[in-house]
Amino acid sequence: MKLIFEKSVAGRRGVRLPKCDVLAELAVPEELKRKQPPDLPEVSELETVRHWTELSRHNFGVDTNFYPLGSCTMKYNPKIGEEVAKYQGFSSLHPLLPQLRQGGVLTQGALQVIYETERLLSEITGMAEFTMQPLAGAHGELTGIMLIAAYHKSKGNRKTKVIIPDSAHGTNPASAAIAGYEVVSVPSNNNGVMDFNEFEKVLNEEVAAVMLTCPNTLGLFNPDIKKIADRTHQVGGLMYYDGANLNAILGKCRPGDIGFDVVHLNLHKTFGTPHGGGGPGAGPVGVKEHLKEFLPISLVVKRPDGTYALEYDRPKSIGYVAPFYGNFGVILKCYVYILLLGREGLIRVAENAVLNANYMMEKLKSYYHLPYDRRCMHEFVLSAKRQKEKGVKALDIAKRLLDFGFHPPTIYFPLIVEEAMMIEPTETESRETLDKFIEAMIQIAGEAEQEPQRLKDAPHNLDISRLDEVTAAREPNLRWKG
Amino acid sequence: MPYISNTDEDRVRMLAELGLTSKEELFDDIPADLRPFSFNLPPGLSELEVRRFTQTLADKNATDLICFLGGGFYDHFVPAALETIISRSEFYTAYTPYQPEISQGTLQAMYEYQSAICTLTEMEAANASLYDGGTALYEAMMMAVRITKRRKVVVDEGVSPIYRKMLHCYTSNLDLEFIEVPVARDGRADRQAIKTQLDKNTSCLILQNPNFFGCVDDVTDLAKSAHKSGSLVILSTYPISLGILKTPGEMQVDIATGEGQSLGLGLSFGGPYLGFMTVRSKYIRQMPGRIVGETIDKNGQRGFVLTLQTREQHIRREKATSNICSNEALCALSAIVYLSLIGKEGLKEVAELCSAKADYTLKRLSEIPGVKARFPTPIFNEFTLELPKDAGDIIGQLIEKGIMAGFPLGCYYKNMEKCMLIAVTEKRTKEEIDLLAETLEAVL
Repeated sequence: MKLIFEKSVAGRRGVRLPKCDVLAELAVPEELKRKQPPDLPEVSELETVRHWTELSRHNFGVDTNFYPLGSCTMKYNPKIGEEVAKYQGFSSLHPLLPQLRQGGVLTQGALQVIYETERLLSEITGMAEFTMQPLAGAHGELTGIMLIAAYHKSKGNRKTKVIIPDSAHGTNPASAAIAGYEVVSVPSNNNGVMDFNEFEKVLNEEVAAVMLTCPNTLGLFNPDIKKIADRTHQVGGLMYYDGANLNAILGKCRPGDIGFDVVHLNLHKTFGTPHGGGGPGAGPVGVKEHLKEFLPISLVVKRPDGTYALEYDRPKSIGYVAPFYGNFGVILKCYVYILLLGREGLIRVAENAVLNANYMMEKLKSYYHLPYDRRCMHEFVLSAKRQKEKGVKALDIAKRLLDFGFHPPTIYFPLIVEEAMMIEPTETESRETLDKFIEAMIQIAGEAEQEPQRLKDAPHNLDISRLDEVTAAREPNLRWKG
Repeated sequence: MPYISNTDEDRVRMLAELGLTSKEELFDDIPADLRPFSFNLPPGLSELEVRRFTQTLADKNATDLICFLGGGFYDHFVPAALETIISRSEFYTAYTPYQPEISQGTLQAMYEYQSAICTLTEMEAANASLYDGGTALYEAMMMAVRITKRRKVVVDEGVSPIYRKMLHCYTSNLDLEFIEVPVARDGRADRQAIKTQLDKNTSCLILQNPNFFGCVDDVTDLAKSAHKSGSLVILSTYPISLGILKTPGEMQVDIATGEGQSLGLGLSFGGPYLGFMTVRSKYIRQMPGRIVGETIDKNGQRGFVLTLQTREQHIRREKATSNICSNEALCALSAIVYLSLIGKEGLKEVAELCSAKADYTLKRLSEIPGVKARFPTPIFNEFTLELPKDAGDIIGQLIEKGIMAGFPLGCYYKNMEKCMLIAVTEKRTKEEIDLLAETLEAVL
C-alpha cells in the first residue's frame, strides 16, 4: 500500500488553525530557525482517515481474531475501560497540577484511582505496597532489580549475581544485566521447571536475587517454588516474581505468600488493558515490607482525613523511574477491570484460563509432540519436531494458521523447546472458538504429512505473502526518503 | 460473567474431556500450603455502576482551569479525526507485530512514524518508540556509553530536572561519573564550563532545546567541541518547536530524543506518553527498541517487518542493547496521524502561533510592575518570569481564580523561588492571556 507521504499533494490540508489573535513580533530570530520545513504529508482529513482505516484492515487484533499468543495473555478488553479513560477529568489532567499549591485538591479523583489500584494489586499478589510508576513489564523488571540493588546496598551486602532459569523471558536477563548484575542461567529439568540441584550448585552469597516466572513460560507450576524461595533467603538473596503469567493463579496462589519479595505485573496482560499494537502497557512493581522504603518517588498516600496526597520525602527511595505516576490511562483501565470483575470474577479468570488451555492441550497432544505431558496452567507448549521430519517448521504452521483467520501461537519460545509453539487461549474465549482452532491445527498436522509444500508456501489467503526479513536486516530501509 | 464466554455446561463438558469432575483439580500442582492467605477484594460491579462511580472520580478533578502549565508537557489542540483513527480496535487490540503478514497496518504506520520523526528532527534513523521522553534520554545516554566505552556523562542543567533525576536513578548502581553544569547567566548552556568538562573520558554531552527555562539555543558549537573530544552529543527536543526551530540534524547532534506527548496525546495525568529517538545512521545497530523496515514479499510486493532484531532482548538476552519489549506503539500511531493531519504547513503554523502568543504573553506580563523576564535569551512558547514574590504562593492564588499559571522553579533550582515557568500553546486566546495578566497583577 502507498505510504501517507506518497499520497501527499502540495496545498492539501487536514486541519485549519485559528488566525493569530495577538500582535506579536517575530519572537525567534532567523539564525535559530530551521532552513527547510519538515517534509510532512499534505493530505485532507478524509484521505488521512481513509488511509489508516484501510491500514487497520491489514491487522489482526483481539476484536477481530482469536489471538492465542503464548505469554502475552491476549484476552478481550472490556470497552468501558476505553470510555472511562476518555472522561475529560482524566484525559486532560496535567500531571504537574498536584505538585502546585492548591493543585492537590483538584486532582483527588485521579490520585484516588492510583491509590485504590495500588491497594487492590497489593491484595491480589500478597505484597505490602506497589509503585505504579513503571511504564511496561520490562520497565517494571528494571525497577524491581534496582530496588533489590538498593536493598543490598543499604545492608552493606556485596552481591553481584542474579539467577534466572533458561526458560525465562528475554527481558529478565536483559533487565538484570542493565541494572549492573551478572546473569547466571540455570537449566530446566525433565519436568520443565528449574532444576533444583543445578540451582543449588550456583546459589551462594553472591546471589542478589532469583528471578522467576511462576507458572513458567512452559505454563508449568514449579512444585519446588517454596523450597527455592527459602534457600534463596537463607543465603541473603531476594526473590523476584515476573508477573507475566499471573493470569493463571489469580485467587489460587499469591506470589507474596510463596515468599517472593518483589513482583512486577503486566496490566496489559492480566488486567484487561489492550496492548495497543505493542504498547502502551504498564508494569507496576510490588514489594514486601522490608523493601518499601526504596520504592520510587512519588507515592500516593491516603491521609487520616480521607484525602489523597503525593509523598516526595522518601530519603531511601531509588528516585524517579518515570516522570510522574506511571501510565495513568492504563492504570485507570486496570482499575475499571478489577471493579468490574471483583473477587469472584478474578478467580473465574484463572479457572477458565487454565481450563481452556488444558482442553486445547488434551485435544492437540496426539497430533503434535508435547514435550512436557502434564497438567498445564494458562498456557502450554507444543513442538513441531514431528512435522519437522517432513520439512515443516513451527514457522510454516504459524503462517498456515493465518489462512484460517487465527493469530498464531508464540513460536520459537521458550528457547528450550525445539520448534516451540506456545499457546495461550485466555479465559475470554468460547469452547466453539477453541474447537475451531483445534480443528485447524489438526488439519494442518494432516497437511504436514500429505502436502508439506502447502504449509511452506503459506499464507495463501492474505493480500501479502511471506516477507523477506533477511534483506530487511541486511539493507535496512527504515524511512521514506521521497 | 460477560467477559467469559463459556457457561457452566461448557465447563462441565470440557472438564469431562480431561477426565476431571471439578475445576479445582486443575490447580492440583499448587500445594495446599501455598493457597492464598487472603484474597479480600470487593464483589464485581455492573458496567453501569462502574461508569457512574468512575464519573464521580473524574468529576473530582479539575477540567476547567486555563492552562499555562508546561514544563515539557503541553495542552495542545488535538484534531477529532485522530481519535477516530486510534480508536480502531484493529490497532489497539493487537500485540507487538511479530507476525508481519497480519500486522501490516501497525507495521506500515510505524514505518511512517519513523519517517515523520526523521524529517522533523532532520536525523537519519528513528526507532518505533520508547516509553517517554525521560527514558528515551536514559537510553540515549546508555547508548553513548556503549559506543564510546567511556564512563563520564556531562549534563547541562537546562535539561529538565525531572529527566535529570531519572538519569541519576537509573545509573545509581552503575559506575558512571555524572557532571551537571549550571546554565550561564543568560539561561543558556554555559559554553566555557561545559568545554572544560569535555575530555577523553566523556562519553556524551546531554543538552535540551528549548531548555527547561524556555531558552532557545543553537548548540552547533558545543556539538563541535564534543566531537573533538570524541564524545557524542544528545539533544532532548520538543517536537512542536521543530515546526520552526533549528533541528538536531542541523546542529550536528548524534542522538536526538524527546517527549512526543505534544503530538496528539492528551495530558492524561502523566501517561501514556511517547519517547522518541533518532540517531545518525552509523549508530542504528546500537539503538534500543523496535525498528520497522521496508522489504518485499515473495511476489515482490512492498511490505514491512520488525527488523535488526538481533539487538533486542528476545534474541540477545543479557547482551541486548536494552531490556525494552513493550513500547508505546499506539502513541506513536497518534503522533504520525497528528503530523499527517496537521501537515507540513500546519506544523509551522502551530509553532508560529505558539511562539507569537508566548511573545505576546511575556510582553503583556512584563508590563506589570515588578514582573520581568528572567533571561534575555530568545524563547519559543515557554519562558521564565521573575516575580516580586514567592512564585509558588502566587501560582496557588491564581489556581483559586481558575488559572493554572505555570510552574514554580524554586522546586528544582536554588535561588529561583520567585521565578515561574509559563507555557503558551496555540489553544490560548488573547482573552485568556489578558485575563492571566489582569489576575496576576491583582494578586501581586
